[in-house]
Amino acid sequence: MRSNRPAPPFSTARAVWGLVLRDLRVLRRTFGPFVVRTVMNPMLFVFVFTYVLPSIGQGVTPSPGGATYATILVPGLVAVGMMFTGISAVALPLSMELGGTREIEDRVLAPIPVEFVAIEKLCFGAAQATLGGAVVLPLVTFIPATAVHVRIEDWPLFLVVLLLASLAAGALGLALGTAVRPQQIGLMFAVVVTPIMFLGCVYYPWAMLRAIPWLQWLVLLNPLVYMSEGLRAVLTPDVPHMPVWAFLGALTIATLLLGAVGVRGFAKRTIS
Amino acid sequence: MPSALTIAGLTKTYDGPPPVRALAGVDLSVEAGEIFGLLGPNGAGKTTTVGVCTTRVRPGGGVVTIDGFDVVRNPADVKRRIGVVTQHNTLDRSCTVWENLYYHCRYFGMQGADARSRTDALLTQFRLTDRATAMAMTLSGGLAQRVQIARALAHHPTLLFLDEPTAGLDPQGRLVLWDLVEGLRADGITVVLTTHYMEEAERLSDRVAIIDHGKVLIVGTPADLKKGLGANTVCEVAVDRVDESLLQAIRALPSVHEVTRTERGVRVLTGSRDGLLPRLVEVALGYGLTDVAVHEPTLETVFIQMTGRELRD
Repeated sequence: MRSNRPAPPFSTARAVWGLVLRDLRVLRRTFGPFVVRTVMNPMLFVFVFTYVLPSIGQGVTPSPGGATYATILVPGLVAVGMMFTGISAVALPLSMELGGTREIEDRVLAPIPVEFVAIEKLCFGAAQATLGGAVVLPLVTFIPATAVHVRIEDWPLFLVVLLLASLAAGALGLALGTAVRPQQIGLMFAVVVTPIMFLGCVYYPWAMLRAIPWLQWLVLLNPLVYMSEGLRAVLTPDVPHMPVWAFLGALTIATLLLGAVGVRGFAKRTIS
Repeated sequence: MPSALTIAGLTKTYDGPPPVRALAGVDLSVEAGEIFGLLGPNGAGKTTTVGVCTTRVRPGGGVVTIDGFDVVRNPADVKRRIGVVTQHNTLDRSCTVWENLYYHCRYFGMQGADARSRTDALLTQFRLTDRATAMAMTLSGGLAQRVQIARALAHHPTLLFLDEPTAGLDPQGRLVLWDLVEGLRADGITVVLTTHYMEEAERLSDRVAIIDHGKVLIVGTPADLKKGLGANTVCEVAVDRVDESLLQAIRALPSVHEVTRTERGVRVLTGSRDGLLPRLVEVALGYGLTDVAVHEPTLETVFIQMTGRELRD
């Protein structure tokens, strides 16, 4: 009769660990490009906005609360760095693997539910987003010509925000990667990624959007807003920011929602 | 002997627009240890059948079991028992040849040391050792196919699916691959092979299922299928013009079983070629005879007899 061998113990965990090891290997091989990709945008941004513009007398005036513009930018640019890493680490390769090369197939054929493969992608993307944030933070803290005031008072909250923001970035990457065909990647950047970045309360605190009420409400659909505001609350607590419950709640909902869409999309794309 | 693979009433329609019915009720049973060929033209439903068996396509209806495990209800158990080589090169392009095999072993739960030694053994077995550090995307078609087969066997599956394994290979690569598949027979691995090359099905398979329009037309050993034609010789007669009178004249000749029109003339199935050829030529001369070819029946002849179409239409 059938050889009903029981599955070796922990085989699912071992299989998932195998997926992680593979991703680590690929990350190690592409670490140089990873750093360059992560660093360029925030480095140029702080260079132009906190060094060039003030030097030629075009600087942005300090905000209420007395924080320099350089200080306001820190959490936002870290958030954008994380979000961008999440998208480029998960969405871009996944879109190619699902739509073009089908090279995800071998991992889909691993003896675990395909949903686990998707969740591993999400989590590994989140880990890379954390790494991306860690690369950006010193950059935007030390490059500006004007003083930057970053202090972490509430470490537990900082870690929670970091974790949720990373997971949200990985989940967005997964959702986009399963929804977008390789030919549409350019369009995705124009239609989804650019608006998310420009309207993500990166370059200004959400509270200051008071002046444009319809926009202040509209941007609440953007998960990057909560990443920026959450990091603002833990990195630069003196700058106005959303209440803790708001960004923690919204980040949790965004992660669950985008994660569910991404995992379902992945299963749909791999099992026809 | 228990069946390695059982397919019962399998149907599948891909959502449109327009909806495409890929499988219209496939029933098959593959015995442990045999090399089983699924032969049919492109679009016949071979790849969809393999897709369902390998858990990558959700069936519309019917039941598929592998080693007693249902592919829909126990996909992980099924995946542990099967090896899959798909039509396209699905090697991990971000990894080397060695890493492709090594991480595959890890996905199947092997520990580091086991995975390493299994990888090295496979590289030796498939004569890939000198390519171990090559990136997968730099490999030629034949080499990539060999790595894919090595990878599919890495976790010791009992059932291997090869979906059009020689499509896109040059003649030499095809021969290498045929040798490799024949080697698997010696290892006792059950193989399900899809192909639209009748020579391939004929040479490698213990049994063949001919499949067309999502249905199995006939199953048997290549020898039995050909015997079923009731003819031992096929004459392809090329003429300038074909009409009913030519067909009738040929049918009237002794030992002619069947006459069908082809693109270039007529195909004559006969039980005995003795004395037939001169008379065939004599008849055909009046219709602008350009060529006569005589060969033994092949699986392609079987396919044509059953469907009225050539395999590579």
